[in-house]
Amino acid sequence: MNVLNFVNAFFSDSAHWHGYDGIPTRLGEHVRYTLEALALAAAIGLPVGLVTGHYGRGGNALSLVATAGRALPSFGLLVLMTTLLGFGMLPVMIPLVVLAVPPILVTTYEAMRSVDPSPVDAARGMGMQESRILLQVELPVALPLILSGLRSAAIQIVSTATIAAYVSLGGLGRYIVDGLYQRNYEKVVGGATLVAVLALVTLALFWAVARVAVSPGVRRR
Amino acid sequence: MAKSLRQPEGPGVLIRIDSVTKRYPDGTVAVDRLSLEIPDRSITVLVGPSGCGKTTTLRMINRMVDPSEGTILLDGEDIQRQPVTTLRRSMGYVIQNAGLFQHRTIVDNIATVPRMLGWGKQKARARAAELMERVGLDAALAKRYPYQLSGGQQQRVGVARALAADPPVLLMDEPFSAVDPVVRKGLQDELLRIQDELGKTIIFVTHDIDEAIKLGTMVAVMRTGGHLAQYAPPAELLSSPADAFVEDFLGGDRGIRRLSFFPSARLELTSDPVIPLDATAEQIAAPDAPYLLVTDPNGRPLGWSEPRDLVAGDIRPERLLSYGRPFVPGTDSLRAALDCAVLSPAGWAVAVDTGGRVTGVVSQQTIGEAIRSAHAAGRDDEKVAG
Ligand SMILES: Nc1ncnc2c1ncn2[C@@H]1O[C@H](COP(=O)(O)OP(=O)(O)OP(=O)(O)O)[C@@H](O)[C@H]1O
Ligand SMILES: [Mg+2]
Repeated sequence: MNVLNFVNAFFSDSAHWHGYDGIPTRLGEHVRYTLEALALAAAIGLPVGLVTGHYGRGGNALSLVATAGRALPSFGLLVLMTTLLGFGMLPVMIPLVVLAVPPILVTTYEAMRSVDPSPVDAARGMGMQESRILLQVELPVALPLILSGLRSAAIQIVSTATIAAYVSLGGLGRYIVDGLYQRNYEKVVGGATLVAVLALVTLALFWAVARVAVSPGVRRR
Repeated sequence: MAKSLRQPEGPGVLIRIDSVTKRYPDGTVAVDRLSLEIPDRSITVLVGPSGCGKTTTLRMINRMVDPSEGTILLDGEDIQRQPVTTLRRSMGYVIQNAGLFQHRTIVDNIATVPRMLGWGKQKARARAAELMERVGLDAALAKRYPYQLSGGQQQRVGVARALAADPPVLLMDEPFSAVDPVVRKGLQDELLRIQDELGKTIIFVTHDIDEAIKLGTMVAVMRTGGHLAQYAPPAELLSSPADAFVEDFLGGDRGIRRLSFFPSARLELTSDPVIPLDATAEQIAAPDAPYLLVTDPNGRPLGWSEPRDLVAGDIRPERLLSYGRPFVPGTDSLRAALDCAVLSPAGWAVAVDTGGRVTGVVSQQTIGEAIRSAHAAGRDDEKVAG
């Protein structure tokens, strides 16, 4: 049997569409983990990136933190956190957030730094407050790059959130982990396919958000 | 337009820069004990070579840069005493590349300050539309984004945005230096026209001495190190530069350029050599002049010709010699009149009214006499002043 047959068999088995181990449930769990981790990472990465980028300070410290974050293997971190904190949502969230913060932080910082300084100078000269300059002058122009940072973070979370299954949680990783354990390759391939599809959907979503949120004046189209 | 006709309305001083020094953290002295009185409702130009401290001086006025020493008074009050946002909102700010907000449409760019001041969206947009007209922008551009405009148009938007909340003061830092000479001339003329209508107190930075002379009511020439070399009206700058640096900075043909400040209204015109297209043989023979100017039935100039080349009843406009560019007495300066005479093969300048109809002609010799007496009068003025 080749991969396509596995895919076909997995998705046509009606048993895979119901119950606590059904595709809707696992997909729902995976999406939830992804959204939670992305929200947390954005809550940390965006404000720090925006403010440091606006003032142009702390770039070196930032890239240090980001490199360190990238160097940490997600799986190792998961094992470590589980040993320290026991089973649960938190030990899963920590590696996912650690994974997602660096791309968000670094791209946001870079996006803010790359904004043309003359509109900022003009805004300051007309008496605009710094917070407004950040949100209404720099952010709209930096938005495409910032969104691309969020997008790569989201894609990485989608594929890495499979690790939740190793510590008895749900998500699409369940199929992969259980399938490997049971030598049920149909399940492994089915799970991997779902992860890939979810990643593509994420890409499409970000594309749509960029269409709506980025001004035509910045898109230049 | 003769420059001497455009003087500030009130002789009051709006901004007083009092012995101000700016030393940057790295030790660079950008401005050194500069004192300058900036008159109300007129254009004061800061001019000088690159790095002489013009931008620094300008930015100290709206506190984008804080002086290391000295004070700046606005309407008698120390600018350090007022909240910085209030101060900046009372001063429009225009920079070299316009600095437009690329994510906002043209109307919304212009409406920025009114919106910041809490105006409603409708009112702010109506105001923006009004300003677009004032700075000569087509209303069709309102919904465009900055990248869809030419450099000159963007600069007009920059000026409109600075004027939106009707601030009494306008700070302009090399606003026209990134556009080509033709567009620049258009923008300069537009600024003079707007200034005639609005009477703002404008502080204008440029490194172009011709721009300074054209726009300034007062011109401050600065030299490297942030020193003031001379502060004078442009005509005085041209007639009596304070030192070799200023003289050198002014460049050549100072004498000719200075003629822009003398009106041509008092030139004595003659209509003797002016004949109509359907002139009779007597009309052609009567004037004792080497050249005759032929006019069309509406009185507009057609061209010059020697009398012997003209045949009564058969004057061919295409065979006449060019009359150059006529001048309008009262509006144009002696420089325009002289230029016109030099360009004409006859050596005579053609004077027209605002409708383009010939009011007379004047010889180079008469213009030369007018120049001599104007210079003599100018020197007398200086003696009185100094
Ligand atoms: N932030 C700064 N830190 C240190 N030195 C500065 C700073 N800004 C300007 N300078 C220096 O101060 C001097 C005056 O600069 P300024 O920008 O005022 O000149 P300018 O007359 O506007 O020149 P240009 O015609 O090139 O715009 C220059 O020697 C410049 O290098
Ligand atoms: Mg400058």
